[in-house]
Amino acid sequence: MSNQILSVENLSVSFKTEDGIVRAVSGLSYSVSAGKTLAVVGESGSGKSVSSLAVMGLLSGSKVNITGEVHFDGKQLIGASPEEVRALRGEDMAMIFQDPLSALHPFYRISAQLIEAVQVHRNLSNDEAEKLAGKMLDRVGIPSVDRVLRAYPHELSGGMRQRVMIAMALINEPKLLIADEPTTALDVTVQAQILELLRNLQNDFNTAIVLITHDLGVVADMSDEVIVMYGGSAVEHAPVRELFYSPQMPYTWGLLDSIPQISGTDDRLEPIPGSPPSLINVPAGCVFAPRCIHKSEVGERCSTEYPELLSVGVDHQARCHLSTQQRNSIRPAKASP
Amino acid sequence: MFPFIIRRLVQMTLMLILLSIVTFLLFSAVPTDPAALTCGKSCTPAIIAANRVRLGLDQPLVVQYLDWFKGIFVGRTYGYGQAAFECPAPCLGYSFRQGENVTTLLASALPVTLYLAIGAFVLWMFGGISSGIFAALRRGRWQDRAILGATLIGYSLPTFFVGLVLLTFVVVRWNLLPYPSYVAPFDDIVGFLQTMILPWIAVAVLNMAYYTRMTRSQMLDTLGNDFIRTARAKGLPERKVIRKHAFRAGVTPIVTSAGLDFAGLLGGAVITESVFGLPGVGRLAVDSVRQYDLPVLLGTTLLAASVVIIAMAIVEILYVLIDPRVKLQ
Repeated sequence: MSNQILSVENLSVSFKTEDGIVRAVSGLSYSVSAGKTLAVVGESGSGKSVSSLAVMGLLSGSKVNITGEVHFDGKQLIGASPEEVRALRGEDMAMIFQDPLSALHPFYRISAQLIEAVQVHRNLSNDEAEKLAGKMLDRVGIPSVDRVLRAYPHELSGGMRQRVMIAMALINEPKLLIADEPTTALDVTVQAQILELLRNLQNDFNTAIVLITHDLGVVADMSDEVIVMYGGSAVEHAPVRELFYSPQMPYTWGLLDSIPQISGTDDRLEPIPGSPPSLINVPAGCVFAPRCIHKSEVGERCSTEYPELLSVGVDHQARCHLSTQQRNSIRPAKASP
Repeated sequence: MFPFIIRRLVQMTLMLILLSIVTFLLFSAVPTDPAALTCGKSCTPAIIAANRVRLGLDQPLVVQYLDWFKGIFVGRTYGYGQAAFECPAPCLGYSFRQGENVTTLLASALPVTLYLAIGAFVLWMFGGISSGIFAALRRGRWQDRAILGATLIGYSLPTFFVGLVLLTFVVVRWNLLPYPSYVAPFDDIVGFLQTMILPWIAVAVLNMAYYTRMTRSQMLDTLGNDFIRTARAKGLPERKVIRKHAFRAGVTPIVTSAGLDFAGLLGGAVITESVFGLPGVGRLAVDSVRQYDLPVLLGTTLLAASVVIIAMAIVEILYVLIDPRVKLQ
């Protein structure tokens, strides 16, 4: 694809800790094109944030080991010099974070933080940069731009702060935006506004977005393609409709059954039993097996053999030992309306 | 800001008055007759009695205190007739021991202590903060461990020991510097620097160790913050992330300690001044205690206390400049 902005191949991240090596991400592959949104879904500790920090070059230190390939706009980032990756950060690829209060520096005015974001990459005077900052704040729907420019982060509401973060991330019109749970810390009404804003800005700038979330509502609302992550690897990868109407893997089924449905009348929400796995000394076999309620239908293989991510449909892959017939009988695909 | 300063001034005045009363009472409880100390070997009871009247020591304690207090604002005259002498406002009393007004004594001792404090302060702040940041950036590596080890040594070296070791080796054994004898910087800048460099180092060593450790732990704290990640995500060069974002966020406790430590030093670096023979406030205070020189003791105590109180107010104003979330009460 010519307009492919980011392609990640076989990305693995591990950390050395005192208790052993933590395999936070193993063998993750995906790609995003301009103007498209890829959602990365999973619970805490599934490796979704770590993988995107690795893409941004924000994981460093002697205790981190990153392997695989990250092609951004034709450049290979893993193994590139930190200076090369730094020059791209904030300019061609940007990131917004979960909690906009702690993500903004508490001691600097909004104007200073925005101006800084511009001036790292562009040779603009303070006045020009501030003008651009004002324009950008206006664009993200902030009503009294002059007041907000002069404000400190603690003087703004949560929604305003996240708008400021978005303005800061998009001020240099990056090709890629990684949004790490951008709405998790916000009120539900504000969440909808922020998502709407992201969608509009994406249309205007033709930005590729990697949206990290655990909220399947947000996924349905925003994304074109979805990766479900569990225990550091992708367990299902599908176009968004396909994932919701014809999920192919017990963990995804569990996730979908744990969202409340307005249409569903009296069904109880089904939690996934157990808790996420420790990523130290990962045992052989499927990472999800200890919590999987269907493993008896497969037998031994689940605890001895690590399932491959196999094609199960058009652009649709899943990591599960269940056969197609078994899956269809457990969970027949819903007709997509 | 303005009401804050007014309120602080009122508080400070009240505290100083209280402090002067306490010092006055403590000193009057000492079982020595100050009047007897005013005359030398050829003392007669008559001279002592006369001096007692001259100094107002025959008055009740309350009157003595009020006289002293009044003298600060309007000055005072000791004795009568031919033997009378003036102590102009602000009069903090007259030291018979030294034959000098306390105000004059303090005014000549304060600059010495000020030079000592400023030089040492610059040295330890600069050294401590930069090595603290450096250690934080090399956390866990050999540079970090080396710095931490060095601070542990610096920590456990008492100032008088460092001072004496420096004197013994640099001056006495190796003859690198002349024996310290204080001269004012405007009279002889080279002689001044030659005298002050060792005291500066002696005071700075311990503090530098302390500030290195504090800066390091502050930096490690702030480097874990989300806004540091944001700064990196913006593409800021690491050096700017450290200087502008991480250090700024962690500087508050450093400013607090720095203000108080500097003020503490201005109140008199007793040991250092004694070791190097610097005629500063610290030595003045020690001598006054040794000689039961109440007026001088009162003066040095109040000076030290006011410096600390002023420093605390300045630190609070600095908080507001550093952290916009802080409001002056």
